[in-house]
Amino acid sequence: MKILVCISHVPDTTAKISFTDGGKTYDKNNIQFIISPYEELALTRALELKEKNGGSLTVINVGLQETEPTLRKALAMGADDAIRVNADPKDSLFVAKQIAEIAKQENYDIILTGKESIDYNGGQVGEMIAELLDLPSITSVSNLEIDGNKAILQREMDGGYEKIECEMPFVASGQKGIAPEPRIPAMRGIMMARKKPLKVVEPVDVANATEVIVHTLPEPKGACKMIAPENAKELIKLLHEEAKAL
Amino acid sequence: MSVLVYTENWDGKFKKLSYELMSYANEIAKMKNTNLVTVSIGNVNDDELKTLGKYGAEKIYSINNDKFNTLSSQAYAKAIAEIAQKENADVIVFANTYTGRAVAPRVTVKLDAALAAGCVSLPKSVEPFVVVKKAYSGKAFAETELKAGTKILTFNQNSFKLVEDNKEVSIENYEPATEEKDFRAKSVEIQKASDKLDVTDAEILVSGGRGLKSAEKIKIIDEMAAVIGNNCTTACTKPVADLEWRPHYEHVGQTGKVVAPNLYFAIGISGAIQHLAGINASKYIVAINTDKDAPIFEAADYGIVGDAFEVVPQLIEAIKELKS
Repeated sequence: MKILVCISHVPDTTAKISFTDGGKTYDKNNIQFIISPYEELALTRALELKEKNGGSLTVINVGLQETEPTLRKALAMGADDAIRVNADPKDSLFVAKQIAEIAKQENYDIILTGKESIDYNGGQVGEMIAELLDLPSITSVSNLEIDGNKAILQREMDGGYEKIECEMPFVASGQKGIAPEPRIPAMRGIMMARKKPLKVVEPVDVANATEVIVHTLPEPKGACKMIAPENAKELIKLLHEEAKAL
Repeated sequence: MSVLVYTENWDGKFKKLSYELMSYANEIAKMKNTNLVTVSIGNVNDDELKTLGKYGAEKIYSINNDKFNTLSSQAYAKAIAEIAQKENADVIVFANTYTGRAVAPRVTVKLDAALAAGCVSLPKSVEPFVVVKKAYSGKAFAETELKAGTKILTFNQNSFKLVEDNKEVSIENYEPATEEKDFRAKSVEIQKASDKLDVTDAEILVSGGRGLKSAEKIKIIDEMAAVIGNNCTTACTKPVADLEWRPHYEHVGQTGKVVAPNLYFAIGISGAIQHLAGINASKYIVAINTDKDAPIFEAADYGIVGDAFEVVPQLIEAIKELKS
């Protein structure tokens, strides 16, 4: 079984967000980057499947050299090899086309992404790859089991869950539940990761479909109106009469 | 050039989001001085379809074919792209729901379009086509130009008002071309998580954090939500869901659900940045916490520094008085 897990390199969830270059560029100074949390869970499940069923597990990222520590972390968690497409990830279609280009040659049985990256939250790359490769796809997967050539998946939907069966190959995006906790690399894994292959591939040409003009931050809230706890009922009056929210 | 909107249904019914989405797409059509075309997929009767006319729907393509009763993003995308081409649509609007997020990227590939996910307001301009969308999990916005010939947007719930624009509706039953391979992912079972109002649909949320002490004691939020009424439900923070005091589908925040209610009660919630990212689109935030320095008060409009177990019963009392 050949598995590909697509990894994005994102600011830590606790990072304060600010911009430079007149709001165009995310300010990476003093920011810790991590594997996007849903992808870390998808990777953890992929490792479990590989350990049980055999095969290989490759991780891929579209990014400049700065993303290599993130790929090394995925290798330390247990992936066999890594591919970095050497390009600034301009938008989701750009990233999907780069990954699809590689996947076309490799014939993976399973391609996994996270439900969304926590920087642009598009949740688009997995479906785009599936469309480019003419593969079935299942999004927001909270459970993934393999039985022979078939996968049994549970996806979250509005108001519940749907159980889905699909033969390999397919694309799926993982979310909470696909693995209980992200795997923490062991010291041995960290040592071995340094020697595992990390291939750098040049990007294919893709026209720019979108361009960020400027980033803005949410407007700061006005002062919080404080009500004394013994006058708690006053709050309901304010919400009803002033905010008209109750 | 028309504007196309895909309006999904829930067991054959539309909900407030559907009408918000129609209003939003109809306003874009007006900005572009063009007509609005609607696509509905699934078993929706004509009377229900006609309710969309109140918010600007004129021509509705209805795909009412059993094969489409469950989501196959491949088949849905093919049908929507087919209609978009037939109608010469250069803007296609989806809701940013599980279904919208699954289908819109595939349509983007089919039409070599530009996609903006999570739009929170009308485009700033249509020529050039510039939208404002959420980025960094709600911690920022990205003003983005869509440069491809076809523009695809997914629209965030609760970020647009209902705008009435009564139109005469014409319904065309549509049979899209399908192939066996479009249905390789097979739905075998659907389980309803609960009959409760979803956190993303509620107008008012009563949300509890670790400050509410235990699985038993946190039930005070159920009591308060019940008193407020049927437009209100309960929510919680990540630690509370992880501790299993509350079900995971109530988890609101950066790695849970992002909500935008009219009113959000944060009770016993300190306001970690990941939680704030999930709630900062709320119109009003009320914070109740014992720690006056908790960051939640910086995000809140109204605050009470005090013990929730003393404050909330008073609030429940006051709401009951208000309702009577």
